[in-house]
Amino acid sequence: MMNRRTVLQGGAALFAGGGVIGGSSLANFAAETITLPFENGERPLVKYPQKRPMIGLTSRPPQLETPFSVYNEGVITPNNAFFVRYHLADVPLNIDPDKFTLEIKGKVDRSLKLSLKEIKKLPAVEVVAVNQCSGNSRAFSNPRVAGGQSGNGAMGNARWRGVPLKIVLDKAGVQQGAKQVTFNGMDGPVSDKTPDFIKALEIDHARDGEVMLAYAMNGEDLPVLNGFPLRLVVPGHYGTYWVKHLNDITVIDNVFDGFWMKTAYRIPDTPCGCVEPGTAPKATIPINRFTVRSFITNVTDGAKLKLGGTTLRGIAFDGGKGIKEVAVSIDGGKTWAPAKLGKDLGKYSFREWTLPVKLEAGSHELKVRATNNAGNTQPTEPFWNPAGYLRNVVETVRVTAA
Amino acid sequence: MKRSTLLARTSIVAMAVAGSGFATVNAKPISYALPAETAAFKPGPNVEAVRNNCTACHSVDYIQTQPRGPKFKKDFWQAEVTKMIKVYGAPIDDADVDKIVEYLAQTY
Repeated sequence: MMNRRTVLQGGAALFAGGGVIGGSSLANFAAETITLPFENGERPLVKYPQKRPMIGLTSRPPQLETPFSVYNEGVITPNNAFFVRYHLADVPLNIDPDKFTLEIKGKVDRSLKLSLKEIKKLPAVEVVAVNQCSGNSRAFSNPRVAGGQSGNGAMGNARWRGVPLKIVLDKAGVQQGAKQVTFNGMDGPVSDKTPDFIKALEIDHARDGEVMLAYAMNGEDLPVLNGFPLRLVVPGHYGTYWVKHLNDITVIDNVFDGFWMKTAYRIPDTPCGCVEPGTAPKATIPINRFTVRSFITNVTDGAKLKLGGTTLRGIAFDGGKGIKEVAVSIDGGKTWAPAKLGKDLGKYSFREWTLPVKLEAGSHELKVRATNNAGNTQPTEPFWNPAGYLRNVVETVRVTAA
Repeated sequence: MKRSTLLARTSIVAMAVAGSGFATVNAKPISYALPAETAAFKPGPNVEAVRNNCTACHSVDYIQTQPRGPKFKKDFWQAEVTKMIKVYGAPIDDADVDKIVEYLAQTY
């Protein structure tokens, strides 16, 4: 868990004198750094338009992590603190929503070109759903693996509003023999030799009524870096499928073999999605649903707490079965007590939990473990795979009470 | 934990934020300004080859934030450079590959 003693506030207040360079206003601001609890974990806190100070992982393509304290503010992650992850550096920076069109083509009876206005006139639905990057927590992998070195901040929970993909596919008329649907957004590679970021879903998944073309997030337009003006929402599934700036949907009658499906974003084809640390899997499948996770959000590692009663609080989520129970241990996992679950915002949402505990003088290992309605839970020791995906070990927070 | 300060530069958005919400029908065009990149390569032999080849597609922090330590030296960086060429189509001259790997292994 990230160390939150660093002061995170004050982005705007830190703006100092400005100047005009290249026609746009520029200002210097003093950014602090934050050190995440793994080797080489120092990161700048960066201020982007529409965002509060975020943990800067990379600037091109942009990757921003949510400061962990945000998850203690409530179960809905504010738009201005929601994580950002691009793969390719040609990010669309000039977008005219009135000229934006979404094309639906391929194995359909009628190819469609829908404007944003037309999409917003279709029957809208809402869902509260977690979006989590496949590589969330990758930097905790042991042994470490290459890739975006995220701590635990590449996840967020929002109320998404949009149109079920099914409605649009039905409008176009999916033809017999359709097997998958591919999704492409306005962002792209710098070099035409780099594979464009295109993802695919099975046709039945695409038509399940839950996969959504979302144009709003927490009651507002999507922030630019979260996919304005339209993104795919695939509840319960890793963020790799949640294609941003979505403007191209193609129904195909084969299995899509693009790089980002065939080669990247794959997990070992084993029940745990894991292999012996440091080894290669024999066979792989595309990454899919979230594993079960839970976190303590109101106490940070290394915290000094007052003797006596305190209420622990946190969040839990899974890939869509819904959280059945959350258990908390204050003695390093020897004994566990059930936490009280907070308001149920749906099976794809963060679920808040709380538990009053009494801490005696000395040091304590606090642990939290969630179980979903299918009986899946979290491992005591971390699973490992070569890409650093699916991390869901029982989290531990060490505190002292005095 | 370390607390330090660094000077970063960002553009204060020349940005017309679209509408006030999802009900907006006539949204305005958006022009978004990404903050300037601040991470830079440390000086060292062959840094030019690295700068010329790597930064076309990604910023320096992508390299800086990778795992470090004795297991993340020549073999690790060789595999990364090979991935950039074979998978992402980076047009890196054969003559530059060794230089890049050497710089990365020595510097990070």
